[in-house]
Amino acid sequence: MPEARSKLLPPLRPEVENTSLESGQIGEVQRPLSAWERLVNLDWVRRVAILVILALAWELYGRYLDNPLMVPTFSNMVAALWDATVHGPLLDRIYTSIRVLLIGYVSGVGLAAVFTALAVSTRIGTDLLSTLTAMFNPLPAIALLPLALLWFGLGVPSLVFVIIHSVLWAVALNTHSGFLSVSETMRMAGQNYGLRGVRFVVHVLMPAAFPAILAGLKIGWAFAWRTLIAAELVFGVSSRSGGLGWFIFENRNQLETAYVFAGLTAVIIIGLLVESVIFRNIEIRTVRKWGMQH
Amino acid sequence: MSTTAVESGTQTAGQTPLLAVDGVTLQYKTRDHLVTATYRVSFDVFPADRFVLLGPSGCGKSTLLKGVGGFMKPVEDLVTREGAVIESPGPDRMMVFQEFDQLMPWKTVLANVMFPMRVSRAFPRNEILDRAMAAIEKVGLTKFRDIHPHMLSGGMKQRVAIARAMAMEPDILLMDEPYAALDALTRRQMQEELLQLWEDTRFAVLFVTHSIEEAIIIGSRILVLSPHPGRVKAELNAHQFTHTEQGSTEFMALNRRIHNMLFAERIEAEALQRESDHA
Repeated sequence: MPEARSKLLPPLRPEVENTSLESGQIGEVQRPLSAWERLVNLDWVRRVAILVILALAWELYGRYLDNPLMVPTFSNMVAALWDATVHGPLLDRIYTSIRVLLIGYVSGVGLAAVFTALAVSTRIGTDLLSTLTAMFNPLPAIALLPLALLWFGLGVPSLVFVIIHSVLWAVALNTHSGFLSVSETMRMAGQNYGLRGVRFVVHVLMPAAFPAILAGLKIGWAFAWRTLIAAELVFGVSSRSGGLGWFIFENRNQLETAYVFAGLTAVIIIGLLVESVIFRNIEIRTVRKWGMQH
Repeated sequence: MSTTAVESGTQTAGQTPLLAVDGVTLQYKTRDHLVTATYRVSFDVFPADRFVLLGPSGCGKSTLLKGVGGFMKPVEDLVTREGAVIESPGPDRMMVFQEFDQLMPWKTVLANVMFPMRVSRAFPRNEILDRAMAAIEKVGLTKFRDIHPHMLSGGMKQRVAIARAMAMEPDILLMDEPYAALDALTRRQMQEELLQLWEDTRFAVLFVTHSIEEAIIIGSRILVLSPHPGRVKAELNAHQFTHTEQGSTEFMALNRRIHNMLFAERIEAEALQRESDHA
């Protein structure tokens, strides 16, 4: 076999050169998709479909169980949500929660910026940040609540304290690792134009690390929101103008289960809105448009 | 100091060098070694020079370019530009990198070209837009000026980087293997375009490559470097060659001459490498 192989030559074929190229049998090179295909391609259509199915299942199960104390039906929950929004205190509660949340979130992000600035400019700052992050990032914010209550008493300052704790480390960690992952070429290009110090950070590092920064902000937001609701559940009882967590707690105490579900739904809706309206729009306008994320 | 002799050749007598690299030794640290990238390298770049640094990988040519760019300091002797020691990066020495990610993905083509002009404040604000447009026109990307870089092909990205550097009208353009990551057809086209740009504006360019052909085509003068550490092997004239002479006997002869210089070095280096591996 090897001897025969070593002498084997491919057949000599005539050369071919096409002067005119046709697309032939296939005909259309591009074909528009059918209406159904286009509809199914839309993300929100598929998601809404899932929501509708879940709501239906809930409604059917609720009716089958017929025990509004344990599981109210979906329509009961919608009625309760409507009632609490229009006549009840729900909007007030939401406002209180979001106000506290924003104070905590903005302070947390600001502190994270300070820490990250320290970390990029000095080596001891880097060590400080990585040590603190390693220590505090795994520590659930809610575990600090007893201490916060001791230091700041019942009220907004304690809530803000635990929210800052939940936001700060996640955002600082992401931003810092985003800065570190900016390519050497990009750094050199920036230095080439004579950019130094703060201008370098603002013009080169921050936009180049923006995908990581945005991811940090999203994670921070989710952490803050969770921490807030949990903290309100724990001591919203004694605060005068409670937030959403207090709304849920209060209604559970009064066995208004439909209102408990309404409160939970409000938490979900706000979370979804922030995620899919605010953060999504920032994403579309920045990292997606820039081709840094798909 | 054996290789500082400047052949008269095409240079007008009495011209002063734009850039003087005089006995420069460059070292950098890796995690566990101090690597000497170049050892006492000397050369002069004159205005309108197309000066090529040629050598195999590990000859320190990119490091040398970074030294000229001001991104790293030599441990021995100096790089000077018109008598002043180069200490830090600056927009008078615009650099075009090999990597495509040198463009800022968050800026459109036009904004990318305008950016260095804006932040370096080298030009009056009202001129910046026109200059950027002109530079983009020169590299033939006017249609794409409002597009973000991720939509462009590799060759187009390099064109934008060149336009961005040219718009700054640097004293000297530094190019670090700018076409190495392109396909052969695009590379050839880009080389022709660079030569055309040079015909039009006669800038000085310091060009790093590991391709002998590219060095002969692009360069008016070629510095051949030997590896580990980089030392000057030869300084040759190549101003008479462009793409049209590529098949000619003289072109091939120079190609072979440089090839032999580098190849001898490489055999030596490989033997050394084997020895040190065995040790």
